[in-house]
Amino acid sequence: MKDEIREILHEHGKLTRDARAIDEDEDLYQVGMTSHASVNVMLALESRFNIEFPDRMLRRGVFGSISAMSAAIEQLVSPS
Amino acid sequence: MRASTSELVSKATQIGVEVAGPHAAEVDAEARFPREAIDALKRHRLLGAGVPVELGGVGASMVQLAEVCEVLGQHCASTAMVYAMHLIQIACIARHRAGSQFFAGYLVEAVEKQILIASVTSEATVGGELRTSVAGIERRGERVAVTKNATTISYGAHADALLLTARRTPTAPASDQVLILLRKDDYALEPAGTWDTLGMRGTCSPGFRVVADAREEQILEAQFADIASQTMVPFSHILWSSCWLGIATAALARAHEFVRQQARAKPGAVPPAAIRLAEACNLLQLMRTNVHDVASECEGLMNGEGGTEALSSIPFALKMNNLKISSSQLVVQIVQQALSICGISGYKNDSPFALGRHLRDALSAALMVGNDRIYATNASMLLVLKND
Repeated sequence: MKDEIREILHEHGKLTRDARAIDEDEDLYQVGMTSHASVNVMLALESRFNIEFPDRMLRRGVFGSISAMSAAIEQLVSPS
Repeated sequence: MRASTSELVSKATQIGVEVAGPHAAEVDAEARFPREAIDALKRHRLLGAGVPVELGGVGASMVQLAEVCEVLGQHCASTAMVYAMHLIQIACIARHRAGSQFFAGYLVEAVEKQILIASVTSEATVGGELRTSVAGIERRGERVAVTKNATTISYGAHADALLLTARRTPTAPASDQVLILLRKDDYALEPAGTWDTLGMRGTCSPGFRVVADAREEQILEAQFADIASQTMVPFSHILWSSCWLGIATAALARAHEFVRQQARAKPGAVPPAAIRLAEACNLLQLMRTNVHDVASECEGLMNGEGGTEALSSIPFALKMNNLKISSSQLVVQIVQQALSICGISGYKNDSPFALGRHLRDALSAALMVGNDRIYATNASMLLVLKND
């Protein structure tokens, strides 16, 4: 899943570095992701994983790193 | 001790009636800084209204500050806007200083000396895009340096300090920003342009090149992204809207007086303009209810648990942006309506019902952070919002 997230970041994140080589805990906002780009990342993730992020998850922190996004997606794919 | 709302409002009313109002026409005509009114605010210690009580300030709440801006806006919109912008800077420092000794000490000093702080967020090539900076902070031993070409700094030449956005380092991404506080001795301003505008002429907001050198501790540690969404944007939109509410209230008060005079001249017949007045009165209530409602909701979030998360949420950002858009449009509608009620008496600059300044000041509202830009942001957020 993390590699798929990297692919999406590569396409939509507008990062200042190659998204495919970014560490999963790195702060994406410090490598140039803007709020506008993060909306496109959210949309691409929703489409790829066939999920919908509820409003409570639409926060900066949830999309701040690859691991944070992956944790959020896991919650939605297999709700406990 | 916290000041009561009535105490703050009565001080603001007194300053508005005795100082800001009487100088408003001249401030507007000469496009000069409303120094008498700002000095009066300093004398009454109102520049410290937003500083927490434990640091010597008044500790006024968002709702109280909004009310003060509204009152000042009724008398001189430029004065109200300068005051509002200062309050926004104070709020950014007070709410995001974390454990910084420097910033706690600075706020104490700001109250003691009644320091007026201006904002430096605009920048050449970036324009009004708050969340993007070109200038970056350079480390030079124990000092930090920054040079920024700002396209507008409201009351820049009249401020005692600046709060400036810049990239964390010169090579950081444009959106990785921090806020740095610059004291008068830390910076030099080179004017770049003039401020001969349609309205809000007393805010004196030309461009400047800022060349600054300061200490590392003068940078707020928090990320500007958080400061912007949790404090700068909500304070701006609520306090600006309050200033505009003041303009609308004052314009409608003139129209109301005009209609009363007409009615007295011909008792028994409702003047035709009274219908227009009733309509505008309805719009004013809509505007007032919206501003007050959002101010009190925001105050609740800022004080309550889990508020930080809510303040950073998309629904809250939408609400703030909608408040800005609607109040900036309503103020123009209401002033225009007032003008059509007063007719030529409102159109004449030397009449007691003159509304030219109100209209010109109101027209700035849709432009300070352009409404189209805000609509575009909202449109983007709505793509992912579920309203769940």
